Amino acid sequence: MIFNYAAPQAFYPIAGRMIPWFGVAAAVLAVAGLYVAFLVAPTDATQGEAYRIIFIHVPAAWMSMFIYLVMAFWAAAGLVLNTRLSGMMASALAPTGAMFTFLALWTGSLWGKPTWGTWWAWDARMTSELILLFLYLGFIALKGAFADPQRADRAGAVLALLGAVNVPIIYFSVVWWNTLHQGASVSLTRAPSMAMTMLVGMLLMALAAWMYSIAVSLARLRRIIRAREGDAEWIRLSTGKRNPR
Amino acid sequence: MSGFALLVGRDLRIALRRRGDALNVVVFFVVASSLFALGVGPEPKLLAAMGAGVVWVAALLAAMLSLPRMFAADFADGTLEQLLVAPRPLLGVVAAKISSHWLMTGLPLTLIAPLLGLQYHLPASALGTLLVSLVIGTPVLSMLGAAGAALTLGARGGGVLLGLLLLPLYVPVLVFGAGAVIAVQNGLDPGAHLSLLGAFLAVSSVVGPLAAMAALRIALD
Repeated sequence: MIFNYAAPQAFYPIAGRMIPWFGVAAAVLAVAGLYVAFLVAPTDATQGEAYRIIFIHVPAAWMSMFIYLVMAFWAAAGLVLNTRLSGMMASALAPTGAMFTFLALWTGSLWGKPTWGTWWAWDARMTSELILLFLYLGFIALKGAFADPQRADRAGAVLALLGAVNVPIIYFSVVWWNTLHQGASVSLTRAPSMAMTMLVGMLLMALAAWMYSIAVSLARLRRIIRAREGDAEWIRLSTGKRNPR
Repeated sequence: MSGFALLVGRDLRIALRRRGDALNVVVFFVVASSLFALGVGPEPKLLAAMGAGVVWVAALLAAMLSLPRMFAADFADGTLEQLLVAPRPLLGVVAAKISSHWLMTGLPLTLIAPLLGLQYHLPASALGTLLVSLVIGTPVLSMLGAAGAALTLGARGGGVLLGLLLLPLYVPVLVFGAGAVIAVQNGLDPGAHLSLLGAFLAVSSVVGPLAAMAALRIALD
């Protein structure tokens, strides 16, 4: 049943109908999240107002890692099931993942300057986030290096899986330099050490980032489908246009 | 003689007949690591502090620069395709390629590294650890490198692309390899670093050849 939607021509119109919903959800959640972040959440006792960048920084960092896993999942699905849509899905996710990784690094740097007095420190989490950005860039570069999209998808899939196996090892290896970064603020095992309103704001922003990622990836997926299957009859029928190529 | 030994012998014979290629890797290694000293100045304390890292980074770059050759010639003249359709396990082919790459790059780099360590004023005890860390670490470069070389077969912008793919994956080797030497310089036991390096070698020896096999099948589909 679900495999019916694995064909690009079946998924293309569904994706088109889903994008506005996810887009609106992202906007509403972001507005609510920013409201809580700037107007409800209290000023931090030690960091003052500077801490408020956490509402962008932490969701971006979460998304950067999560999207890599989702990308590796689709890559693996594409290799195992040989479905065309999976490889396109991985391609559609990579730029968003790289964007969130860059955003996490950038906001972290902006946060680090007023609180630690430095733009950059070689600590474990920052370094592994930087390497994650390199992994995304490598994936995107490899995908762009082949004229044949089938080949690009499958080679990219092997690389994404190789990266996914290595990410925990890389993280563990850079823990060696654990210097300046504060401990994790949110943990599943102990009670959160932050005010409830801060947590709510962060979760709202994280949900907004999720919805945004889904909407943008689906839009990118539709462009990839159009670019690759531009010659197919169904594209002409569904877009009502002549062959775009 | 088994197929594995035949393939390694063939690769080594080819390398011997084109001695320049193999030698260039070693020369690059020496030149690159010497340049760091020119970049930061001759202060012995500073050089000793950064020596292990410099030698290891130069080793990563040297091994990486030689990787595009691992499959390229056999891919271009059709030998690789014949090896793939031959009634032998592909793992043997990949293992042979990895072994000959290591014999032509990892081994000479390891042997010459203590000399570079002396340039950087590393104490004798650290030189021994540098040698051991390279013996354990350089095979990782060939194993993960095989996957990278196979993935970029026939891709545009081969060499630079290969670096972009592989260098992030080499991070643990660099951290544990250079870390072991630095531990000795600080009067600590390098055992933990070397054990972790060995563990990464074990992981890579499974993951690297598997990924390389998958990538070769994709390249020659």
